This record gives sequence, C-alpha cells and structure tokens, in this order.
Amino acid sequence: MRIHITLDGQSVITREGDMLVDVAASNGVYIPTLCYVRGKPCLGTCRTCSVRVNGNIMAACTIPVSDGMEVEVNEPEVTDMRKALVELLFSEGNHNCPSCEKSGRCELQAVGYEVGMMVSRFPYKFTPRTRDYASNALWLERDRCIFCQRCVEMIRDKETGQKIFSIESRGTQATIEIDVELANRMPPEQVREAAELCPVGCIIEKSLGFNDPIGKRKFEIKSIRERALERVDK
Amino acid sequence: MSRKLVIDPVSKIEGHGKVIVYMDDDNQVTDAKLYVAEFRGFEKFVQGHPYWEAPMLLQRICGICFVSHHLCGAKALDDMVGVGYSTGVQMLPTPEKMRRLGHYMQQLQSHVTAYFYCIVPEMLFGMDAPPQQRNVVGLVEADPELVKRVVALRKWGQEGIKAVLGKRMHGINSVPGGVSQNLDQAARDRLINGEEGLISLDDVIEYAQDGLKVFKDFHAKNRAEVDAFAEVPALNMSLVNDEGNVDYYHGDIRIVDKDKNIVEQFDYHDYLDYFSEATEEWSYMKFPFLKSLGREAGSVRVGALGRLNVTKSYEHNCPLANAALEEFHDYTGGKANDMTLHTNWARAIEILHSAEQIKVLLSDPDLQKDQLVITPADNAWIGEGVGVVEAPRGTLLHHYRADKAGNITFANLIVATTQNNTVMNRTIRSVADAYLGGKEQAEITEGMMNAIEVGIRAYDPCLSCATHAMGQMPLVITLLDADGKLIEEKIR
Repeated sequence: MRIHITLDGQSVITREGDMLVDVAASNGVYIPTLCYVRGKPCLGTCRTCSVRVNGNIMAACTIPVSDGMEVEVNEPEVTDMRKALVELLFSEGNHNCPSCEKSGRCELQAVGYEVGMMVSRFPYKFTPRTRDYASNALWLERDRCIFCQRCVEMIRDKETGQKIFSIESRGTQATIEIDVELANRMPPEQVREAAELCPVGCIIEKSLGFNDPIGKRKFEIKSIRERALERVDK
Repeated sequence: MSRKLVIDPVSKIEGHGKVIVYMDDDNQVTDAKLYVAEFRGFEKFVQGHPYWEAPMLLQRICGICFVSHHLCGAKALDDMVGVGYSTGVQMLPTPEKMRRLGHYMQQLQSHVTAYFYCIVPEMLFGMDAPPQQRNVVGLVEADPELVKRVVALRKWGQEGIKAVLGKRMHGINSVPGGVSQNLDQAARDRLINGEEGLISLDDVIEYAQDGLKVFKDFHAKNRAEVDAFAEVPALNMSLVNDEGNVDYYHGDIRIVDKDKNIVEQFDYHDYLDYFSEATEEWSYMKFPFLKSLGREAGSVRVGALGRLNVTKSYEHNCPLANAALEEFHDYTGGKANDMTLHTNWARAIEILHSAEQIKVLLSDPDLQKDQLVITPADNAWIGEGVGVVEAPRGTLLHHYRADKAGNITFANLIVATTQNNTVMNRTIRSVADAYLGGKEQAEITEGMMNAIEVGIRAYDPCLSCATHAMGQMPLVITLLDADGKLIEEKIR
C-alpha cells in the first residue's frame, strides 16, 4: 500500500512495511549502519542508524514505515547522537586503524568518517581482550569486535545449520567466540564470506592481509555512503 | 649552587636526550654519557598480533624512516612464509625493484630533511650563532632560493614514496613474498617529467648536488675546525653486495676497521652469533657490540659515514655520486674517516646517490610488470625471519618468530641509532673535552651546548626508534663535580 511519510521535512511516497533505513536511502538520505545488511533480517544491535521517529529515538533498521510517520535524520541532536554511538564503539574496543588490515575496507572506520568523528568524547577503556587463532583459516582479533552479531546470525554450518560464531558472557565481559570444529569445516568461499561480512577487522583470514594497495581499497574507491545510496530499489 | 636554565628552541634531535658530563677536581672530563630514559615497547606489544601485521604496526615506530622499518619487516616476513633470502629464494624482479625504489625515495627525503633543515643552518651561521638564527627559518632569510629547492626536492621524495607505497607517510606496499602493486606508467611519467608544483627528475638530480656544494663551501672555510671536531674511532658497518659495495636493501653485513680491513663479514641471519648487547641501568638504549672484540673495541658506527667507509664504489650508472665518493675517500688517503662532521659530507653524497639510483630504477620497465608475489608452497612455513636494510641512519634489523597459527611470539629490533650508541657517547666525550676539559671555569655556554648537539645530530639519531621512547622531552645537559654534586644543569 502506498503511504506518505515525512523525511527531514520532505514528503515522501513509499510502500508500507518497508524498512525505514531502506526508504531513506531510496530517497537519497543516508543513514549510517553497521549491523544491518540489506536483504537480511535486521539485528538492531549497533544502534548506529538511530533517528527520531514521531519524536522518539529508534533504530532505522528495525522500523517498518507507516503512513504519516515523521522522521528526522539529519537534525543536529540526532546526528550528534549517532556520532556519539560510533565514538562509544571506538572507546569500548581497541581499534588501531593504522595497522589493521581492514583499514580502507572497514565499515566502522568508514562510518566514523561519515559521522565526522575525529576523536571519541568518551574515555578509551583499553579493555584487555585475547585473540583466538585456533581455527585453521580464521583469526579472531577480538580487540576490534563491535558485537554486531552479523557473524552469529548469518554464518552457519552448511550441513547442520548450526551457528559457528557466538557471543559468550554479558555486558563488558562479553566475547565473540568461534566453534573451531565447525569453523574448520567451512569451505574457502564461506571463510571469505565471514571475513567480508564482519564490518570491522575482527574476523580475518589467516595469512592474507594488505593485498589491496592503498587508494584501491573498498571505501577508497567508493564511499560507504555512495554504496548505501546506490543499493536501493528505485 | 646549581642553576637550571630553560633554553628555546627545543633540540633538533628526534626523541629524548640527556647528556651528563662528569668532571674531576681539576676540571678534567672523566666521562660523558648520553642518557635515554624512555621506553615504548614495540617489541613487546607486537606479540600476539598476526605476523602479517608486523611491518604495518612496527613502521609506526618512526615518522621519518618508516619505509625502512616496513621493508625490514617485509623481509623478515618473506623468510617466515618460506620465500625469503634465508631459504635462498630470489625475489621477483618487479617487487624487489619496487621495494628498492621506495627505499631510495625515503633515503632521499629523509637525508634532505635532516641535512638541510637541521644541519645546514649550523654550517651557514656557525655553532655559536643565536638559536633564533641557526634554524630553517634563518635559512629562509639567508638563502631563500636554496630553501625553495630543498622544499621542492623533499616534496618530490615524498611524492615518490606515495607513488610506491600509497601514502606519503606509513604507506603499505610490501606483502609476504612481494608487493601489492607495481608502478604504473602514469605515476612513473609524473615523477620523471614533473608537473605544476612538482619538479622533474632532472631537477632532482641537479638539486641533489646542492648539499654537496654547501658542505664543500663550509669545509673549505672551516677545514681545521671541521676535521678536528669529535674525531672518534669506531669500526664501520654496512650491508654490502657481492662486490663489497654498499647495498641498501640486501647483502651481507660487513664491518671494517680504520684501515678498511674486514673485521667481520656474515649473513645477517646469523647476527646473534656475532653481536651481543650491553645494557646500562641509566639508559633504555642498549649498546650492541661484536662478541669477538668486546664492548669497547667491538662497537660499530653505522649510517652515512659508516657506509662510505665500508663501500669501495657505487654502481657504474651513478657517475656524479661515484665522483663525489672518490673525492671523499681520497681525503683520508684510503683510511676510514672518523671525523664526525664528515658524516654530513657523507650524507650529502648519499642524497646524490639516491637521486641517481632513483633515475636508474624509474627507467626500468620491470617496474610496470605484473608478477608481484611469490606464493609459498603449503609446507614452506618457517615461522622465523630476519630482515636487515640500510636505513638512512644505518643498519636496521627486525627479527620475528611466530607460532604455527601465525601468532607473533618474539620480536627483536636493533635500530641504527642503537648501533651508534657507543660512538655517540664517544663523540659527546670528545666535544666536552674540547670545550670544558682542564678549564678553570667549567661553565656551560650556549656554544658548548650546541656543539654537543651538533655532535649528536651528525648521527641524525632517532632516539624514539632506538629506545622506544614516548612523547617529547628536551635535551638536558648536567655538569657534576667529582663528588657527584650538581654544578650546573641546562634544559632545552
């Protein structure tokens, strides 16, 4: 059913039930995301796509649009709130972009640029996190995990459908874990898929790094904003 | 009564330096030490990282000679994955030439920066000139045309680094077994022909001769002072090729004495058999030395002066640098040159040599070829690697070990400035002797402080690299009497 919503003051005609983050992109309004993958079930874990809907802050990747909805995306307070959320992610993990092989291909780094983050307003926690390199082909660099849960929900054993990745413990004690037995059964293309699905440099392929020259890396060729806006159903 | 004066501008030494001169009752200098009291810990915190990140992480130790650290790490990685020199594998022509090109670009811009920005003002204005004058701003006022050329030359070097490594600083090009990209024709032509705001390669060759002219003029006017300033003995060390001439990227380590006799020559993978390191509780910078000769006799000098003392000649396609080298060698009649300020002469020659080598490499069609990486066989993994290159400041070594999972378990870095530690201390002692030794009034003058700085600066030390220091700290000079009582202290 065709409906009207208001997007940053502009009246937009769209289809009821479509996800707000997609509707915005279809109308040229970029909302940064980190856990959301278009076409996959929403996770709503990172909250980076927070916008104001009818006066309330909501994650745009979790909201189906409905008639008469009033949405504020680029309003200063909301914009700063999204920036603060990204800063919190940088403060919580140990993100060292200069030596990270995902640099230039990292969605967190790209979103950091998009929201205009220069430095986090929050104190860095420097949380000690161990690395896991027990599986044959994948390395878990836990310092960089943002707990988006993409890998948990979207990477499963081909035969059994079991989850290969999981999150253990809660709150500040939470860690991303890998089932080594299942991980060692992953075919090479699934290994690559897992590494590429990870929005940061947490899940990385062993012995493979820095192969894309500077200037030719994913988000240097085309920004994350451009990619989000062109991936729309027009 | 002790005094403490703060002097501005801050030292032009990279990192934290502190000098203490010890005097006896007769005002004779009994000892002089360069204290380095900071710690960074790169060797420790790289542990636990995947091995392929090491050259990217460890190049961050330095904002000046990062290409050297990057390449040194890359060579160690080549070894680790089983396609390095330790296994006898010869790197493919394109990646080796790309690495060499990046290295020469860095040598050019690093030497130009140190020489013209930090050293030349001292030559033009003298050691006793006020600090407000003997700096690059003073140089701009005195010789703006020279400074314009220097800035253009340095910019060209930086653009060359960017073309090879993707960024002007801390770029990435090397991967285990090769490089991630070649030099495309457009980038090559831009460097050769220049463009608006970027000089051409011919200009580079011409401008690169400025440093030599400046030194020769300075030397001609102050020959006795320059030659007598901190003439200190040391062995000389450099990487050499099969002909025994300097090779900045790969070769054996050769050490020669004052008569240029070979004291040791060995494959750098065996460095632990030849070198040991002494430590002192007062400094985080170690004192490497040859085991066979012991700490004092076995200390080496590295860097431009050390290299020129080791090498016999340059490649035949470097006529300008070869002519300059011959003149340099003739000056000491075939003996090693121990005159500290001649390091600046050597550095000026190396600027020219780098420029000529870059010209040779840029005309090499191998740089545009596509075979970039040797892929190791499945069972090739060694898990240990050593890389050595001749960084602008001297012989640089990275040594890593990793477990089967690729997790780095050990890292050892021996940085050029560390190799020069003993000879730098000798230099300070020599300068202190000349300015203070036996004089009734042992007073720290501005000229004396600056002379010590000039002596240290000749080595262009990177104390942050060598000691892994954090932050920035001024140079402190302390004068103690025989009872260890503070006579005077000055801080920059």
